[in-house]
Amino acid sequence: MSSIKIQISEKTRAKIEEIAKSFNNEPGELINVLHKTQEFLGYLPAEAQEVIAKEMNVSTAKVYGVVSFYSFFTMIPKGRYPVSICMGTACYVRGAERILDEFKHQLGLSVGETGADGLFSLASLRCVGACGLAPVVLVGEKVFGRLASDDVKGIVDEYKNASGTV
Amino acid sequence: MDQVKLIIDNREVSVPKGTTILKAASSIGIHIPTLCHFELEGMNIHNKPGGCRICVVDVQGRKNLAPACVTEVYEGMVVKTNSVRVYNSRRTVLELILSDHPFDCLVCAKSGSCELQDLSIRFGVRDVPFKGEMSQYQIETSTSIIRDNNKCIMCRRCETVCNDFQTVGALSAIERGFPAVVSTAFNQKMHHSPCTFCGQCVAVCPVGALVEMDSTPKVIRAIANEKKTVVVQVAPAVRVALGEEFGMKPGSIVTGKITAALKQLGFDYVFDTDWSADLTIMEEGTELIGRLTKYLNGDKTVKLPLLTSCCPAWVNFFEHQFPDMKEIPSTAKSPQQMFGAIAKTYFADKIGVKREDMVVVSVMPCLAKKYECDRDEFKTDGNPEVDYSITTRELAHLIKQANIDFNLLEDAEFDSPLGESTGAGVIFGTTGGVIEAACRTAYEIITKKPLPKIDFTELRGLEGVRSATIDVDGLPLNIGIAHGLSNARKLLEQIRRGESQFHAIEVMACPGGCIDGGGQPLHHGNADIIKARWEAIYEADRNMPIRKSHENPSVITLYKEFLGEPCGHKSHELLHTHYFDKQKVIEVKVD
Repeated sequence: MSSIKIQISEKTRAKIEEIAKSFNNEPGELINVLHKTQEFLGYLPAEAQEVIAKEMNVSTAKVYGVVSFYSFFTMIPKGRYPVSICMGTACYVRGAERILDEFKHQLGLSVGETGADGLFSLASLRCVGACGLAPVVLVGEKVFGRLASDDVKGIVDEYKNASGTV
Repeated sequence: MDQVKLIIDNREVSVPKGTTILKAASSIGIHIPTLCHFELEGMNIHNKPGGCRICVVDVQGRKNLAPACVTEVYEGMVVKTNSVRVYNSRRTVLELILSDHPFDCLVCAKSGSCELQDLSIRFGVRDVPFKGEMSQYQIETSTSIIRDNNKCIMCRRCETVCNDFQTVGALSAIERGFPAVVSTAFNQKMHHSPCTFCGQCVAVCPVGALVEMDSTPKVIRAIANEKKTVVVQVAPAVRVALGEEFGMKPGSIVTGKITAALKQLGFDYVFDTDWSADLTIMEEGTELIGRLTKYLNGDKTVKLPLLTSCCPAWVNFFEHQFPDMKEIPSTAKSPQQMFGAIAKTYFADKIGVKREDMVVVSVMPCLAKKYECDRDEFKTDGNPEVDYSITTRELAHLIKQANIDFNLLEDAEFDSPLGESTGAGVIFGTTGGVIEAACRTAYEIITKKPLPKIDFTELRGLEGVRSATIDVDGLPLNIGIAHGLSNARKLLEQIRRGESQFHAIEVMACPGGCIDGGGQPLHHGNADIIKARWEAIYEADRNMPIRKSHENPSVITLYKEFLGEPCGHKSHELLHTHYFDKQKVIEVKVD
């Protein structure tokens, strides 16, 4: 009856320990610790959640409960260029769904997925506070506003070119 | 205490301030339906998420209906529990729950004791008007528990007992919206989680989402196999609870009827786990005396306090959560395993049956016992000491299937020699009992004098953590007792900090000990049932002609004929075990 082993890199473990410590390992700070860890890793793999649970003295089930509850947290690594389509009310009524469909088509991805080459990931979010530019799409931290579905291919190609994959 | 007057369904009622509408109504015989609400009074188990909304009532002057289970009363409150608006809302809530619940009641393990089914009957639901997407989850089976999330209604009772009462943390609510469900971390299998298989989640689940693994088909096949000699043992707590499954009042002692029923079912030998409980005391008591003597002679390296090791959920708990302390518990196996170890050696030899031709079945109030008998260290060349462990509920099903009228059975006696037992064996069934049995024996062995009084009433009770100092002829013996793993955790953390003053600590995982084990008849939150079983355990003890383990004649014979002395070479081989570190190891990998 051997114990279960989890593997994680020294760098990641040290960073998570540091993050947890900066919040005094307080169980009530779990969400903040998850935020910071995701900021560092880009996502929250199971191994990272195990370490966080241990550091924060909460059960792994609880950590996973929080991670799976909030759509902001993800267990799937994001692409190099994370595409987020705003589906808030203003963007939605100005055709965000058509934009989303076009991105799905161009990238061959569903919402929440990351491409096999790791270049793009696709997500939807609610209101980025730029309703005047609706419909809005974020690629990484860059904002594209007043988009039409015809613009989508150009954006995708621009990033593909930048990465040198085309 | 301040009293508050209010009117419920045109009747005036006065209750203490802070009372909920639910309890105020109940005090005058108005039973508002509930579903997620669960409370075990006196045991510190409270699940009041106010989430299912089945208990909504009309409060005059309030726009929305109020959930009765979490709304406190106030002076002059006027409540209607049966207005048209209430009827309609409750029914809609129920219909919505049913719209994502499988309709397999005919073959569901909880059928007949399902609280959702009861509500459906009570409300006279004949149709579910809402049709839509249904949850699609894989059913997970383990040695002890079957988890069918398709039936989960998100009452979160299991989550509450697993996290708050047991501090095990195997279960949590995950996801949100329609996919929300209670599950393990990353939906991993229970065997990969810190689950102790205590079965309290099963005991509180109102529906069939959490049920026990049914071993009765295997038992029936073993009995039917003429080549097999089938031996059965019955745990102490079973005899004070099984009667409930046949309409008897809680606390009925049905030892003689169980023995008769097991004989009618065709078991070749009907024995008693109380017998091996006595044997456990001989081993564990000797171990305690040994450690104490060393300690008193100045050896400060000796591991104290000694922790009892009879409860398999407790063993799983410290293996997962306190592996650094795995050398402290007694190495004595549990009575279930001691029984199997002796049955398949000493007794098998006595009756001339080969180990592989003997099947040992145990009837237990417990789900962790199923896991325990499957542990590798309790097998010899793959052959387990105990082949199958069934619960009190499963035994009731077996008896019903076999057309036995339990109420009409004439009392029968246990077979000899593994059926002879003492009052010390029977009190193993409740919190404080194991340590009381140990004290009865340790006192007489240490002092070589007869006990001035057999009943150690200072060790009895249902408070979560208890302590007492026993005067062993001038030697003060500090005893700690915990039931519920959250309470055990407190005592363990004390030991870790080096602050524990105890010489011995008894731990049982379930509320009240085995009498409310995960395999017992369901009490649906009625703490009076547990109290009745608790009283019955001590009554059964009082009724026994012999009440000290070391006076059990067949245990004495066993040592003479076979084992030699307690904690001797043969005992160590057969009756003692060791523990494992089951904590998840976080390994650093090289980049």
